[in-house]
Amino acid sequence: MAKVLVVTSGKGGVGKTTSTAALGAALAQAGQKVAVIDFDVGLRNLDLVMGAERRVVFDLINVVQGVARLSQALIRDKRLETLWLLPASQTRDKDALTEAGIASIIREMRGKFDWIICDSPAGIERGATLAMRFADAAVIVTNPEVSSVRDSDRIIGLLDSKTEKAEKGERIDKHILITRFDPNRATRGEMLRIEDVLEILSTPLLGVIPESEEVLRASNIGSPVTLNNAASAPARAYFDAASRLRGEDIPVTIYSERKRFLEKLFGRAA
Amino acid sequence: MTAAAAVRSNDSLRLRGRSFMAFVLAPALPITEWLAQFDKWCRNSPNFFAGKPIILDLAGVTLARPEIAELITLLAARGVRIMGLEGAQPDQISPPLPPLLQGGRELPAMTSDGGALRPKEPNSLLIETPIRSGQSIAFPAGDVIVLGSVSSGAEIVAGGSIHVYGALRGRAMAGSTGNTRARIFCSRNEAELVSIDGYYRTAEQMDAHLRGRPTQCRLQDRVLSIAALE
Repeated sequence: MAKVLVVTSGKGGVGKTTSTAALGAALAQAGQKVAVIDFDVGLRNLDLVMGAERRVVFDLINVVQGVARLSQALIRDKRLETLWLLPASQTRDKDALTEAGIASIIREMRGKFDWIICDSPAGIERGATLAMRFADAAVIVTNPEVSSVRDSDRIIGLLDSKTEKAEKGERIDKHILITRFDPNRATRGEMLRIEDVLEILSTPLLGVIPESEEVLRASNIGSPVTLNNAASAPARAYFDAASRLRGEDIPVTIYSERKRFLEKLFGRAA
Repeated sequence: MTAAAAVRSNDSLRLRGRSFMAFVLAPALPITEWLAQFDKWCRNSPNFFAGKPIILDLAGVTLARPEIAELITLLAARGVRIMGLEGAQPDQISPPLPPLLQGGRELPAMTSDGGALRPKEPNSLLIETPIRSGQSIAFPAGDVIVLGSVSSGAEIVAGGSIHVYGALRGRAMAGSTGNTRARIFCSRNEAELVSIDGYYRTAEQMDAHLRGRPTQCRLQDRVLSIAALE
């Protein structure tokens, strides 16, 4: 039986899609059978970040409406045998998603995968609530800044009240993934510290992804960062996070890129 | 019994909810028999209903509008003043009949000799989880106790006092039903707004030295005072 994981945040632009792709790929690289589902109907991006945009035929809405079978809509990754993508529709809006439709897709997929990762859209509307609806666990992606933290807090409240598990009185596993973290700026007080974020959200930490050019570079070529440059700092942080999702107990490391010689000499370029 | 939150803004009238206790009379069919029994009971306690507001609970009987009016007249002749109706169809009730009441809560039953009520049970709401942004806890019946933190963008409205053992970062509104003796306690004051009985203070209006410290808020001569709790 698959574990259904929702990657959510409330706020937009914090790295949900990047993290979905990176965690999905990292789990698949560890031999797990993974499906990632894009719930951002109308503003899909996961296909781009995964480099599958030119192979989309059917999408989530087609499956919900019975136009296509699940097996027709799932796209297998070219690099990883055990990684699959169920893309969102770009031409429809979120009203086309129905709870019953999503329920039946998730039910069908549970038997076929180890992990089902739902990439939530920003906001707290239909797409976001349906993405979390059937989740067993949640990764809340947060940037170390106040607006992102407050939105994450709101999302945690929804995870504890509006998911199917919560309504049955069970608890959903919640993990905080801090992205775009810059240790130098945090020490200078220009960013919230990790302790502050965790204190406000009172939820366990899954990992800290450092701010890095590697992330943008990878998504520009349509590759999860863990596949594109497995030795880079963000990739190593995602690998650790994926191991923790599988239950391994490893200490949190803040990875940083080795600075090149000139950068060391002159500091950051303005 | 009814309760509602106190509503107040700077330049408008003050509206308050207030709870009162009233006896509820529940007639049974056939009405003539029930009235005879009522009369018998009243002979034993002649002045029991004098000056008391009474609610008529019609849930147990099916009466048409003229019959309800007739019953109220019959009761009035016996010195029973009906202030409201309960359990009737809304479309049956319009002036001059008394208004329809909803949301009443049961109190311990009274003895027919009008004996004292049993002491009211202390009313408080204990919340063991953090209160997240966007969540709103409303508890007009008494105190709210929060073991975790109250996040920025969350709010608590209590008829009584509010106790927060974590950090209070959201809004806390105590004494919402007109209780001027309510207080707000927190072990770390980072509140966006605190209010007691409609008197409020925003984060900007609080002394900077109180931020982040254990504090107590209370109403003194209609002024909301916030002091460190150390």
